[in-house]
Amino acid sequence: MDKKEIRTETRAESKVEKMKQERQYEKYVKQVTPVHCLWKNMLKAFVTGGAICTLGQVIYNYCQAQDMTKDACSGYTSMLLVLLSILLTGLNIYPQIAKWGGAGALVPITGFANSVAAPAIEYKKEGQVMGIGCKIFTIAGPVILYGIFSSWVLGLFYWLWKLMGAA
Amino acid sequence: MNQQYRKNTDCVKGSQSIHFADKPYIISSGSVVGSKEAQGPLGNLFDMSDEDNLFGAKTWEEAESNMQKEACVLALGKAHVEAEAVRYLFGGDLLRQGIATSMGVEALQIPMFGLYGACSTSGEALALSAMAVAAGYGEQMLAVTSSHFGSAEKEFRFPLEYAGQRPLSAHWTVTGSGAFLVGIRKSHVRIEGVTVGKIVDYGLKDSQNMGACMAPAAMDTIIKSMEDFGRTPLDYDKIITGDLGYIGREILMDLTRKRGYDIQERHLDCGMLIFDRDSQDTHAGGSGCGCAAVTLSAYILPKLESGEWKRILFVPTGALMSTVSYNEGASVPGIAHGIILEHC
Repeated sequence: MDKKEIRTETRAESKVEKMKQERQYEKYVKQVTPVHCLWKNMLKAFVTGGAICTLGQVIYNYCQAQDMTKDACSGYTSMLLVLLSILLTGLNIYPQIAKWGGAGALVPITGFANSVAAPAIEYKKEGQVMGIGCKIFTIAGPVILYGIFSSWVLGLFYWLWKLMGAA
Repeated sequence: MNQQYRKNTDCVKGSQSIHFADKPYIISSGSVVGSKEAQGPLGNLFDMSDEDNLFGAKTWEEAESNMQKEACVLALGKAHVEAEAVRYLFGGDLLRQGIATSMGVEALQIPMFGLYGACSTSGEALALSAMAVAAGYGEQMLAVTSSHFGSAEKEFRFPLEYAGQRPLSAHWTVTGSGAFLVGIRKSHVRIEGVTVGKIVDYGLKDSQNMGACMAPAAMDTIIKSMEDFGRTPLDYDKIITGDLGYIGREILMDLTRKRGYDIQERHLDCGMLIFDRDSQDTHAGGSGCGCAAVTLSAYILPKLESGEWKRILFVPTGALMSTVSYNEGASVPGIAHGIILEHC
């Protein structure tokens, strides 16, 4: 082996050694870092998410009692929940609900509304176009993009499935 | 010329430290904080606080600039020094392109250097100020840093109103600014020496666990300082890190013990001092450039001035990252600077 080879070999070795040390440190850090209790968090999320959905059902049932069509009932339910979430975001109450309820507050439509309203409030100071316009979807954008993309993929499968069924 | 150089090499200690021959003094300091800090355990020690954290401004960034200006004015005012009498200003913050400092100190019209050392900036600014004074390049230098919860959250994480759960390892960015007038005029605290830190990277990628990212850097600088000066932790009344927080402290204790140094009893952390974790919901502790700076100004310096502590090692720590480096999968290296302060 010439010198160059030896050097590359030791360099590779020290790289492996460094990676090993890094993994060890990561493992150690994981040990000493406290995390939220999963079960408690899941229970809180269940209660919070359940409460939001129950509220939605109340609105829906009320609309139904007013002899509205099914579509109108759904529309009003979503709109009212979104409106409520935005109001609570503006009053800084929704972040506190999410702090307690975690995913229970993030997953329903109210969480989505919050993720659009929050940047709108924060970036208003940077202007209507460069601020609100450009940044309103910084958090919700990925959800919208991949939501639409996955529905497109599912649509493609559905179309293929139908083609095969017809053949 | 050679003689002059030889004289300076007497001050050079080990590989990273300077032991000043003519020790610069911290003549005065000013601290400005937000409302959460004012409600914390150190609340009534700070010079100035603001109820709505806006300091008369409309945006978080402008508020941070105003804080810096106020901190500078306070430090100058306490020493009865005009801004024109300050030779150079060393300042920095957490925002992109250091705008909080640029806009904040603009009105003072002091020749300035803009710095970035993440949350270790107070150490960086103090070290450079002390070096400039000790070298005889001016009689008075101003070191200033700041951080603001609103502007930092916006820059590094989410808008304030976004609803989410913060992990228990997350820090709470301190809204605060500290300014220090360093010079040859005698006071009761002087800078004995500095240990400039290296970038230390243990490969951690979790930007929500900054204490763990910075602890190795703090360990490196503390041990380097001990080696360079030929001292042990017993030579210091306190060893005070910037913003390691509860998790970072635990790791630092383990890391230093492994290297044969026990600093457990002498160690304090500004991030743990500034908030009450239980009542203020700040998880791992305070962070940000302002954390170490305002704690030094309001809590540590008075104890040194009174002589309660004779000599301390002040080690502000920084996690070096940007939203881009983090998104691109880079690790979060740390840096820490050691400033030796003594009562005189």
